[in-house]
Amino acid sequence: MPLDRKIRELHEKRGKAFLGGGEKAIEKQKALGKRTARERIMSLLDEGSFSEYDLFVEHDARDFDMDKKSLPSDGVIIGTGTIYGASVAIFAQDFTVAGGSLGLMHSRKITKIMDHALKMRMPLIGINDSGGARIQEGVNSLAGYGEIFFRNTISSGVIPQISVILGPCAGGAVYSPALTDFVFMVDNISKMFITGPEVIKTVLGEEISMEDLGGARVHNEITGNAHFFALSEEQCFDQIKKLITFIPLNNQRKAKSFETSEPKPGYDIAHIIPDDPTLPYDVKEVIRAIIDDSDFFEIQEMWAKNMVIGFGRMGGRTVGFVANQPIEMAGVLDVDSSDKAARFIRYCDAFNIPIITFVDLPGYLPGVDQEYAGVIRHGAKLLYSYSEATVPKITVILRKAYGGGYIAMGSRHLRADFVFAWPTAEIAVMGPEGAANIIFRKEIMSSDDPDEMRRQKVAEYKAKFANPYVAASRGYVDAVIEPSETRKLLLHSLEISENKVVTMPDKKHGIPPF
Amino acid sequence: MEENDNMGTINFPMGNFKTRLSPKFKNRKQYQPVNPMNIISFIPGTIMDILVKPGQKVEKGDDLIILSAMKMQNRLKCHVKGKIKKICIEKGDKVSKGTLLIEIE
Repeated sequence: MPLDRKIRELHEKRGKAFLGGGEKAIEKQKALGKRTARERIMSLLDEGSFSEYDLFVEHDARDFDMDKKSLPSDGVIIGTGTIYGASVAIFAQDFTVAGGSLGLMHSRKITKIMDHALKMRMPLIGINDSGGARIQEGVNSLAGYGEIFFRNTISSGVIPQISVILGPCAGGAVYSPALTDFVFMVDNISKMFITGPEVIKTVLGEEISMEDLGGARVHNEITGNAHFFALSEEQCFDQIKKLITFIPLNNQRKAKSFETSEPKPGYDIAHIIPDDPTLPYDVKEVIRAIIDDSDFFEIQEMWAKNMVIGFGRMGGRTVGFVANQPIEMAGVLDVDSSDKAARFIRYCDAFNIPIITFVDLPGYLPGVDQEYAGVIRHGAKLLYSYSEATVPKITVILRKAYGGGYIAMGSRHLRADFVFAWPTAEIAVMGPEGAANIIFRKEIMSSDDPDEMRRQKVAEYKAKFANPYVAASRGYVDAVIEPSETRKLLLHSLEISENKVVTMPDKKHGIPPF
Repeated sequence: MEENDNMGTINFPMGNFKTRLSPKFKNRKQYQPVNPMNIISFIPGTIMDILVKPGQKVEKGDDLIILSAMKMQNRLKCHVKGKIKKICIEKGDKVSKGTLLIEIE
């Protein structure tokens, strides 16, 4: 057979495989507002950069007449390519082929690209769109999931792992995204749950739609399982591309550096905080006022809003920001906000991203529900993450820093490298009212006018302790600075901590309060 | 700073703060002390059998209900001595977690 005929044969085979589950199935996919797996990869990667592997892989299941069925590429596309020139490994489940169900060969393709990503030390992006296990393949399909989860875990903290949910991702399958660093979801398209509406109806008689049980809003607003919410697949891909610009290829590298640029004009950093310390403000304004181009890329924007996390650049380099948000729930620490910040700090630490913390919180949220929900264990994660992180850690106390909240939010005592405080900072063991009631209990009780005496003592305590100077006099705060000096000092601190070295005691691993 | 309907006040030992309240915070349940006289389902499932009748005297450790849940027949035991005051469910009922099943007096 001459070469050109053989090449023609290859083209025919490719063309057939490219069609996945066939035109009818593709139409169905489109009718749901979804792109095909191949289109998704093409719109996410740089044009012409995709290199596909295992196009001709087929399943070899024999039971239930499966031997008579052909499933092109076994329902998943794998390969490598680039995003803004950065190498990435990618897999995309193809719902048009047997509902994207996961059989043995399907899982082997996924684990092949995962092994590749880990070996070549490049980020892994997984696009999930699958009905779940391929029941006909029985325990082989469970084995497949297990092999994927194992690799997710082993790769964690070595290469960035991104999960994109663009269809159903149900049952055990959800644990791959859950083990990865960032989960992206799209309104009305993504669904994630352990037990679906059918099971819930059978067992409980409760009716709920897939969207209300595990849609993008649910996981972005209520559960915190997702990190990014998009209204369309296109918007979702833009978010992923932007994220890629902020993170490094692996844990041995630093994120790519960009040209430095000044914050946008219009942020009046000196007047963001209201004069009345019981009034809220938006801490994201403070972040935008000091970062390059005021371009803040927020993560988990819709969940535990009392804690703000995200990336920005300073002097062209990626920085992770952690900040209490006074406009939401007074910026308290609670179960969810502790979890949110703790995980992000570990992410930054694993991938050589310095952490800047802005502090303004009244403390932990009082309440039986919080105590019963285990705020002790969850709050401890924050202490653990900050203490353990060896990347440069810089803390700026904007206003309130009381009690346990002061310690937890990246304090000197958890080895912040630099601690700055604005003149508006109030750093003390507890709030003036509470403290005065305890310290001056006798004077207040024995006074002819206890209320007046209490007012006096509160004012006295406030004047003496509700400021940054007591902490500064002990060196817990390195410098009290004007708001307008913040960017300059942060840039300098980042610059001089570029080659920070910390040695930790030898250990297999710690035991964080998961 | 945008104002919206979720603005409210949270009280701390140190004073009150104006801020936006999260739905989770607004919908939090008030604490209710546990009443040992109420038998509550600890897991969602189906009532397979009711082993007692209203007015029947029960001892600590007696089986009250068989609740089928998660591929298992769970025997709900009595943890007080008393008399069955009211049975709130019927055989075959599907119950969610936290449903009141039996009241004891």
